[in-house]
Amino acid sequence: MEGNSIIELKNVNFFYGKTRALTDITMDFSKNRVTALIGPSGCGKSTLLRVLNRMNDLIDGTKVEGEIIFEGINIYKPDVDPVDIRRKIGMVFQKPNPFPKSIFSNIAYAPRLAGITKRSDLEFLVEESLKQAVLWDEVRDILGKSAMTLSGGQQQRLCIARALAMKPDVILMDEPTSALDPISTAKIEELIDELRRNYTIIIVTHNMQQAARVSSKTGFFYLGKLIEYNATEKIFTNPDVKQTEDYITGRFG
Amino acid sequence: MQAALTTSMTFRYFKQQVFFTVVRLSALLIALALGGLIAYIVANGISAISWDFLTLPPTDSMTKGGIMPAILGTLYLTIGAIAVALPLGVVSAIYLTEYAKQGRFVRLVRIGINCLAGVPSVVFGLFGLGFFVVFLHFGSCILSGALTLGILVLPTIIGASEEALKAVPQTFREASLALGVSKWETIYKIVLPNALPGILTGSILGIGRAAGETAPIMFTAAAFFTAKLPSSVFDEVMALPYHVYVLATAGTHIDQTRSIQYGTVLVLVGLVLGVDLIAIVIRSYVRKKKRW
Repeated sequence: MEGNSIIELKNVNFFYGKTRALTDITMDFSKNRVTALIGPSGCGKSTLLRVLNRMNDLIDGTKVEGEIIFEGINIYKPDVDPVDIRRKIGMVFQKPNPFPKSIFSNIAYAPRLAGITKRSDLEFLVEESLKQAVLWDEVRDILGKSAMTLSGGQQQRLCIARALAMKPDVILMDEPTSALDPISTAKIEELIDELRRNYTIIIVTHNMQQAARVSSKTGFFYLGKLIEYNATEKIFTNPDVKQTEDYITGRFG
Repeated sequence: MQAALTTSMTFRYFKQQVFFTVVRLSALLIALALGGLIAYIVANGISAISWDFLTLPPTDSMTKGGIMPAILGTLYLTIGAIAVALPLGVVSAIYLTEYAKQGRFVRLVRIGINCLAGVPSVVFGLFGLGFFVVFLHFGSCILSGALTLGILVLPTIIGASEEALKAVPQTFREASLALGVSKWETIYKIVLPNALPGILTGSILGIGRAAGETAPIMFTAAAFFTAKLPSSVFDEVMALPYHVYVLATAGTHIDQTRSIQYGTVLVLVGLVLGVDLIAIVIRSYVRKKKRW
């Protein structure tokens, strides 16, 4: 049942200045699977996510040790351009963050800068991405309207469509539904289920049920360490480590 | 107990009334000062304003005629100052907010910029004289004056631009970078367009202020009198603030030219307020469009 791994972490440590946020993380993410990262606030799961597409580079004074191999290449090698990595590893944030542009421009923005300039190509790409994000039917007639007029749930699906338009291999999701109502959340979860066929998804979530529903593997983090990493079913029914069980059953965290 | 409570409430209500009155009076005082000043200038200057006053050069040793060369001169100097200071200021602000590693060096640069903003304008005038006019051999001309005014408003423009850039939500930057868009493209395509209205508003207000300055241009650009219009940036020009200064202090017909002086001041104030109005219109237009 184990798919090929697409990202492998070997003994990864991460520091904000002198504060160690991740300790000796070794794990791998399987291709075309959904992997959930769970754990109490401040356990390092979001940090780990941002290590994977080098978004932490933007913060002064951070340091990464160890190796993060993506498609055979250590993405922290000096000659690797983080821009290339981020094209292949997309990200969806906690709060929907569309640009104050039209719906069309939100999606066409990055592909255009990446070199797709023909109008018909862009139109096709926008439609394709919106369909994949199950937003097309709701916005097909208002593509020229500002993305800021959409509801929170629609905005988040737009952000997913925007990430899909770059045709990434991996999509990182940082608590993508924590700012949304239950109906919007359900739609995003259905969407994740669809996307799983063609994309590798790594999702950070505070919602246990969500992790159980959408993922095939789950990693439990505590105090910057990977406590347990197993098939989701095993984590939620018969975890190996007592701490995991305590967290999942709500005894702490 | 009940009585004590009522008394204390009454007293608190009284204190609140006193405070509100003081606040209202302060606001009123400022409005009155400004309104009074403008009313005074309009009352004294309006009689001098005519089509000829605005379109003719001075005649009869500047006791008659118009102030057209001075209006044009001030416009040239102001536009020149914008052309010098806006690009430089915006680029500096981009460096300081987006690229520079926040630390001791950037702090030092910021302190320097703030100090520059506090330097008296006559010092800028002397610097302009020493550097542009004499050292670089530009002579007293539009170029020297515009460069001097440009440096004068540079701190204002950098400050306004930094504020405007910082006001662009960090989430916009993150969203763009996470899509594999480079840092420069993110700044150019996302950050700058969203900051531009703020940059323009702050900068225009700064420039409007500079347009009325006398000291920076009196050594570097302004002519006592020239009827001929400039043909290049290396020509001297008349300018409104300097014209007022000359008429009010250096002429031999100070009393005779009183109404021309007020008329010139009125035109200058009108120009500055007009420039400010442009800034206000841009700001309100953008506020309506902005939704974050």
